[in-house]
Amino acid sequence: MLALKGTAIKRKSPLQKGEALAWILFALPSLSGFALFFVIPFFMSLYYCFTEGISGTRFVGFRNFESLLKSESFLLAAKNTLIFNAVAVPLIMVLSLGFAMLLNTGIKGLPFYRSCFILPLVVPVASVILVWQILFNEHGALSQLFQLFGLPAVDWINSQWSVAVLVLLYTWKNCGYNMVLFLAGLNSIPREYYEAARIDGAGFWTCFTRITLPFLAPTGFFVLVLSFVNSLKVFRESYQLAGNYPDMHIYMLQNFMNNNFTNLNYQRLSSAAFLMFAIISLMVLVLFRLESRLGRDLE
Amino acid sequence: MIHAAGGQAALKKRAGKGIIYILLTLASAALLFPLVYMVCNSFMESREVMKAYALLTGNSGISSDAKRLSIHLIPERVSLIQYYQALFRKPTFLVMFWNSVIVTVPIVVGQTLVSALAAYAFAKLRFPFRDQIFFLYIIVMMMPFQVTLVPQYITLRKLDLLGSHLAVILPGIFSTFGVFLLRQFMIRIPDEYSEAAKIDGAGHLRIFASIILPQCKGALASLAILVFADNWNMVEQPLIFLNNELMHPLSIFLSRINTSELGVAFACGILYLLPTLFVFLYGESYLIEGIQRSGIK
Repeated sequence: MLALKGTAIKRKSPLQKGEALAWILFALPSLSGFALFFVIPFFMSLYYCFTEGISGTRFVGFRNFESLLKSESFLLAAKNTLIFNAVAVPLIMVLSLGFAMLLNTGIKGLPFYRSCFILPLVVPVASVILVWQILFNEHGALSQLFQLFGLPAVDWINSQWSVAVLVLLYTWKNCGYNMVLFLAGLNSIPREYYEAARIDGAGFWTCFTRITLPFLAPTGFFVLVLSFVNSLKVFRESYQLAGNYPDMHIYMLQNFMNNNFTNLNYQRLSSAAFLMFAIISLMVLVLFRLESRLGRDLE
Repeated sequence: MIHAAGGQAALKKRAGKGIIYILLTLASAALLFPLVYMVCNSFMESREVMKAYALLTGNSGISSDAKRLSIHLIPERVSLIQYYQALFRKPTFLVMFWNSVIVTVPIVVGQTLVSALAAYAFAKLRFPFRDQIFFLYIIVMMMPFQVTLVPQYITLRKLDLLGSHLAVILPGIFSTFGVFLLRQFMIRIPDEYSEAAKIDGAGHLRIFASIILPQCKGALASLAILVFADNWNMVEQPLIFLNNELMHPLSIFLSRINTSELGVAFACGILYLLPTLFVFLYGESYLIEGIQRSGIK
């Protein structure tokens, strides 16, 4: 079958000769690891989704999903994840675009400022989390500032404000990555467009909405997808900040799944994982579709 | 008249520039603040640290100024005692540091190697379902760890690797991110050289080693840096796959030490981030290029 397909391909370039075996040599290590750690066990865990019992022997249809969607801790985790996404993603998009535009004004010291933004990307959160704990403690600097204005002290990390602290941490860590992408996008817009627009009397806002935004749309979409995906990986930061049992306002889907793992509840865990997989794939797919449609409109 | 208007515009422009500088400087200061804070505090004597942040440990009866946690930047006396304690008096710290090293280094080397080979296949060779498989790679790359947790656990149990460092290393080596990033670089390398070499009788291995890889040096460097930064900071995998706390990397250890052994925590944090800092200083330009390339489809 393979050989048949090989001969069916018309000879296009000398490179294609002898590929029937070459690709196996190059791709096999990666493909086998991918199959071993992701694909095959993925289908095995899919089996857990529809069964019951410790060894997963009894078929129960969609009952696992039903009980999952009724579970209060799951719903809380889903709600918190949604809230975090809804706050963190737009915020980081606006901030990173804003700072990229400031950096793109031809100022001196661009490499220095850019370094400041990228540095948090490589700094492990664990190594600086102490500073966060000191600043946002109930008796910490922020609370003292509040008390100066006659406001009550707040235990930021262990109250509803914990979301804000986590958003801040996420923005601190990821802003640089997005900013570098936006900077590259801004750099690829020809300067003449702005000059021509300015001669025609266009102000900053017109230039921004008519030139910058349309040209930046592909980058923007990629950054959006990336921010969304990264915001689902915020467990790391949340764990460093508040440990295994954080405040209920930052109890995210990832906490839910880690806890179910420690309880050995594989059925519930697999069902939740599958649901998450489906939703993330769907959202990413929709975003990409949207982008290609928008791209076509622009042309 | 025209002259005055021009002067006014120039003035406005300069004022605008000034505001931009102020904004950027403020943002940079805020971004660097945690680092500066850690560095300053790491040179304090343990006693001073314990006194200033007693509230964090829940041990507030030490002195009167322990009623609050103020921002405390300048050491009363500069001292290296924290570093001395961490390096020579706390064997667990060195054990955890070593754990981080023996987990991160094999992942960086392994993922770069495996990904370079696979990226060549995905970028330059044809095989059945190539693009569909690559699409799957991207999807898996985007998933948070918890989605692949059960699948990985199943495999690791079957291979009897749970509780060993390999349980963390192997899935890391086969992470699909590297394949994705290197393919983005390789696909832009023109085929002419390879075709010429092919006519001269070079095999794919020769082409890969003597034409593609040399042109990808920067790409390999940026991949290595990104993978290093990501895995040096790894939290979820060891937390789940390694029961033995003595096998945990520093990232997990530090969040525990922060409250229990506050007297050395700042120096531990600094020692922990030093390797990433060196990597950053050495390879910032590669890092930037890697980030930019990850955004080009």
